[in-house]
Amino acid sequence: MNKLKRQFLAGPYLVWIIGFILLPIIMILYYALTNQTGEATLSNILAIGTPIHSKALFLSLKLAFLCTAICLVLSYPLAMILSNIRKKHQNLIVFIFILPMWMNFMLRILAWKMLLSNNGVINSVLETLGIPPLDILNTPTAVVFCMVYDFLPFMILPIYNSMARIGKDIIEAAKDLGAGSVTIFFKIILPLTISGVVSGIIMVFVPALTSFAISDLLGGGKVLLIGNVIEQAFMQEYNWNLGSGLSIVLMVFVIASMALMSAHDKEGGGAGVW
Amino acid sequence: MSKKLIDLVHISKSFDGAAVLDDLNLYIRENEFLTLLGPSGCGKTTTLRLIGGFDTPDQGQVIFDGKDITSLSPNQRQVNTVFQKYALFPHMTIAENIAFGLKIRKKSKQYIQDKIKYALKLVNLDGFEGRSVDSLSGGQQQRIAIARAIVNEPKVLLLDEPLGALDLKLRQDMQYELIRLKNELGITFIYVTHDQEEALTMSDTIVVMNQGYIQQIGTPEDIYNEPSNAFVADFIGESNIIDGIMVKDRLVELLGVTLPCVDEGFGQQKPVDVVIRPEDVELVDPSNGQLAGEVTSLIFKGVHWEIDVMANGFEWLVHTTQMHPVGSHVGIHIDPFNIQIMHKPESSDERAVETDE
Ligand SMILES: Nc1ncnc2c1ncn2[C@@H]1O[C@H](COP(=O)(O)OP(=O)(O)OP(=O)(O)O)[C@@H](O)[C@H]1O
Ligand SMILES: [Mg+2]
Repeated sequence: MNKLKRQFLAGPYLVWIIGFILLPIIMILYYALTNQTGEATLSNILAIGTPIHSKALFLSLKLAFLCTAICLVLSYPLAMILSNIRKKHQNLIVFIFILPMWMNFMLRILAWKMLLSNNGVINSVLETLGIPPLDILNTPTAVVFCMVYDFLPFMILPIYNSMARIGKDIIEAAKDLGAGSVTIFFKIILPLTISGVVSGIIMVFVPALTSFAISDLLGGGKVLLIGNVIEQAFMQEYNWNLGSGLSIVLMVFVIASMALMSAHDKEGGGAGVW
Repeated sequence: MSKKLIDLVHISKSFDGAAVLDDLNLYIRENEFLTLLGPSGCGKTTTLRLIGGFDTPDQGQVIFDGKDITSLSPNQRQVNTVFQKYALFPHMTIAENIAFGLKIRKKSKQYIQDKIKYALKLVNLDGFEGRSVDSLSGGQQQRIAIARAIVNEPKVLLLDEPLGALDLKLRQDMQYELIRLKNELGITFIYVTHDQEEALTMSDTIVVMNQGYIQQIGTPEDIYNEPSNAFVADFIGESNIIDGIMVKDRLVELLGVTLPCVDEGFGQQKPVDVVIRPEDVELVDPSNGQLAGEVTSLIFKGVHWEIDVMANGFEWLVHTTQMHPVGSHVGIHIDPFNIQIMHKPESSDERAVETDE
């Protein structure tokens, strides 16, 4: 009876998993491995080898790395400062950092497009100050900038969480045993926050690698990421087979990067966020 | 008499405007086993933290071996701490935890190995080297915390209720081990507990604290036999504390009867606190007693009976080896030298005022 009830409760989730996760994956696999007439082929996957596609994938990897690195460099010290200030203020500052996430993703990108445009707010301010205008719209710089802006909270939060979990008494015990601040950082703080760093990296790198909206709006068609190529295949060329094939390739990269990071996270706690 | 190793001079400390320690003066001699004893929240941990360097006093100085170390950070002090909440490093094995301080001091691999073995044996946890911290029980973690501190052979070891999580048998064994260790290594121990029995068995000197003030400093015998005020008497062992009036020297009136005692110098007709230990109350034939009463409760405690006697409107706590059934009529007799007279606190916070010892 009890067992039956439990199975019954799991029902809706089962429907969800089958309908929205399993089925789409099977469909993508099917499209990826067939051509437009329905014959089996590997050409959709091998299409990644064509210069335009591999160049897009390479650029995606490069920008995602860059974005992740910048987020990490910004977040770690910030999380450290955060966890050292008064608890009351901590919550407020964390809240401020999360606040932009409450705004629609597309709106945020469009806002940056306006701000960065040639006669946008930022350049008018620079102009009145007599500084040469910033001409970064429609360049990879603008794309990375906006990616960092969008994904930074996903790096800060897990690192901050793992940092906040380190008890004050543990730091004190290390000091008591003779550790200076350098030793405390490398022997205590870093090992205890590595799981937060790992999940932060995954949570930034994966969406950065697969994003296409940011490069679409801020790249002005000049920054072609693998996400854009896939989007075009589906939406403009109506070539679902090619789009699916490239998606599979991208998925392999995503899964590989997650596996790579999780392997480094011995505790296994941090990446569990995913 | 060995020299002063640590001297706390006019220490005051408050948190968020609430005074926790107020003008505390205390010195600890080399090789002494000194215990801070007092109820929860009286400032014991705070005092230890000031010595360990985790807090700095608002006022006053911490002197170590003649040098002012008030502003030195913990890693610059020749002091190690066993924390109340163990504070083991969760990402390290037991062996790595114990080796932490030794590695910082750049000891040789062999030395560290030997020390780990020795320390684990000492705390009765041989073979635990490779275990992870969270696979240990609270008591085991506490013992690892002790091991981690002592391998560094500090001049002074601060122990904040280090045996709190252990069962009675293990606690007694560890008490014995700690004393042995102290004598072996010649370390000065500053020990915090709120277990008065532990304090009495282990210490050379006991410091009784309440509300941030030192109530009495003395040997265990002093503290037990001659508590300097009602708080100490009450806190160290059980006591009957009764309002009395000092009629004149060597004569005190309580509960309507006048009893001879041995105290002098309190003046005439002065209100005082009268403290009588339960084992000093003799139960005699009703006709022979100074007071007469009726037994209201009887509990067997192993070595003795714990008896409550209602006499003259006060419930007396009595420890005796003779059984008196509930409802029986008994007389109470107290020898004059077993009656302790104490000044009444004159204001509410004088209950906590420092006594000159
Ligand atoms: N960091 C702090 N911030 C605010 N108040 C504190 C702080 N540390 C201690 N206190 C306060 O100081 C008082 C004394 O605390 P302390 O920890 O010294 O007590 P204790 O004697 O060790 O008690 P226990 O036996 O419960 O451990 C308490 O009232 C406590 O609330
Ligand atoms: Mg305490």
